[in-house]
Amino acid sequence: MIEPLALQPLPASAEALRADVRRFLDEALAGVPADVRARSWLGFDAEFSRKLGTRGWIGLALPREYGGGGGGAFDRFVLVEELLARGAPVSAHWIAERQSAPMVLRYGSEAQKRAIVPRVCAGELFFAIGMSEPQAGSDLASVRTRATRTDRGWRVQGQKIWTTNAEHSHFMIALVRTSGTPEDRQRGLSQLLIDLKTPGITVRPIEDLTGDRHFTEVFFDDVVLPEDALIGNEGSGWEQVTAELAFERSGPERLYSSIVLFDAWLAHLRATGSTDPAALALAGRIAGHTATLRSMSVAVTAKVGAGASPMTEAALVKDLGTELEQSMPIAIADALATARAEGGAAASAPAELLRTLAYITQFAPTFSLRGGTREVLRGLIARGLGLR
Amino acid sequence: MKNEIAEPFDRLLGDVCTPATVRAIEGGASAAPLWSAIERSGFLATLVPEAAGGAGLRLADAFALFALEGRHAVPLPAAHTMIVRALLASDGGNAPPGAIAIAAETRVGADGTVSCPGTPFGLVADAVVVTHANGGWSVLPVVAAERRPSGVHGSLRADLHWRAPPAGAIAGTRPVAWAEVGAALSAALLAGTLERVLATTVAFANERVQFGRSIGKFQAIQHQLAVMAEHVVAAHMAAQIGCSGDGPLPVPLRAALAKARASEAAALAAPLAHAVHGAIGITAELDLQLYTRRAHELRADFGAETHWNRVLGRALLASDAPLALDFLRDALLPSNDEIQATP
Repeated sequence: MIEPLALQPLPASAEALRADVRRFLDEALAGVPADVRARSWLGFDAEFSRKLGTRGWIGLALPREYGGGGGGAFDRFVLVEELLARGAPVSAHWIAERQSAPMVLRYGSEAQKRAIVPRVCAGELFFAIGMSEPQAGSDLASVRTRATRTDRGWRVQGQKIWTTNAEHSHFMIALVRTSGTPEDRQRGLSQLLIDLKTPGITVRPIEDLTGDRHFTEVFFDDVVLPEDALIGNEGSGWEQVTAELAFERSGPERLYSSIVLFDAWLAHLRATGSTDPAALALAGRIAGHTATLRSMSVAVTAKVGAGASPMTEAALVKDLGTELEQSMPIAIADALATARAEGGAAASAPAELLRTLAYITQFAPTFSLRGGTREVLRGLIARGLGLR
Repeated sequence: MKNEIAEPFDRLLGDVCTPATVRAIEGGASAAPLWSAIERSGFLATLVPEAAGGAGLRLADAFALFALEGRHAVPLPAAHTMIVRALLASDGGNAPPGAIAIAAETRVGADGTVSCPGTPFGLVADAVVVTHANGGWSVLPVVAAERRPSGVHGSLRADLHWRAPPAGAIAGTRPVAWAEVGAALSAALLAGTLERVLATTVAFANERVQFGRSIGKFQAIQHQLAVMAEHVVAAHMAAQIGCSGDGPLPVPLRAALAKARASEAAALAAPLAHAVHGAIGITAELDLQLYTRRAHELRADFGAETHWNRVLGRALLASDAPLALDFLRDALLPSNDEIQATP
């Protein structure tokens, strides 16, 4: 069975960060419209990431020895919460900080750690995820990109897809097949650290339905990599990528994807003095659900901080969180369209709010795809319940 | 969770409040023996100040006990009694003996007659908290009241009616938001009730065999139970937030959050549990109905999700917090100091 999560406090040391982060963001985000801020962890701004790095706000929970802040999971929670709630453009360093650097620290060689982690923490080195392929989405074990051993390293042939920011990233940690065939599933997989400037790599952007171009396809055509491109052990790719997904899933970023839209809508309701009972109930519902999920996320963070790996709980919070994130644009669209049809002070919504709504509405389907689909997560929860 | 108080209470209820006991009391048997057992255990003084002979614990500490009442479907207003005893004792008074319910609605006639329609636990209460139009409240002994069951099979709700101004009333001293108290307690009972609904349904899914395997092996069932688990864990967290006050009383907005979230979870979990159980879930014989009936009643008691969401929404729109997150942190959720870290 699944034990209930108990309320946990954020330590004062972590809360102490909040005011500084806010001051910085108030300045950095002044005048940025809501529909731009709504992109947040898809908003690429290398300069912004460098500024965060200079302040020591990338790799806050990574060891000082490698350029990190030496803090804990709660410090990172507070920082990430403030960045996301305000819609800061964190995309450039996001993956490097959240999962790539922690992966290098856990599985990499000393030389890899020294070469990579300090520069990630400085906001200089950006990473792409190398998991999905055209024929390997939720069924990640069926990857076909193959790395063959050569005298002096590896030769890679294959393709990755849905790779966020590969055009602007310096490295990718790619899950590749180093032995056997796709039928061998989890066996024979390894992770490679790939410098994306290596000859033979072609990156092609995929325009998304909102007009943004953060997704890419990455082609590897006889790409020659040195021996030390391997991260961790040859053949341990599946175990390692599972750990990487745990880093990806357990953070607090699974409930704030639509929060900029919510705040923009609240501002509209306040400005027009709305007392519509349906709007009040919707605003209250979103607030209550977000507050509950935030408390659940703090509780999961406490477990991570205590050294546990709360896979079931993290899956539960992510599935519920993305459901809330996805429900917001649907419900707010109904509220705005109803107000418009029925007239009154709230009838005319500002264009910025409508653009924000349209962006979140169109992009929201990805919320329950990235980091594991709803179906994958529910399978994990069912296992936690003792059904599998 | 304060295990040192929760575990003995869980054991006690496991002994004295079995499904058979619950059924008997719902069928009209006297609740006095069960009440005496709970009374003797001393748990009803959990929130009473130490100076007045109680344990002096906070509402937040008692939450685990309330949730256990829900898990065991306790057919008595024990949580409600704990709060009323604590309030009266803090102000130097004494609560009337026996089980004390909280009226969800009080109507006072010009002639001094009092009516409390649809009072939760009204059939088994010895006294009831009623509210007055001027914001005051008092505890009325039920002995002089006409007590009419709601007519719902097995339900302990009752309409209470006093033909004459009731004698023996104990007046409350400090102002109390009783609807919010009722909401926070109903949410806490719901949290435990829904955990029982989930556990029962998962166990059933693992036992029931169709098409040659237990139905819990089918992905369609697994995903429904996963969703139920999500909402049950969320209801527990929300209910804990609802009882996170330092004193014996809940913070009103947190009670609103708790009741709205837990009620929504009840609306989802109870029908899902029955869907997974199939026809057998509809029988009187299976214990499931004890918990799902309570889930529906607790959802409605003191207002369901839409009412409390509106209360929350009104407060959010009235606040000048720059971001929703600021409102959640500053005006809604318990502060870090209020939350005691648990291992």
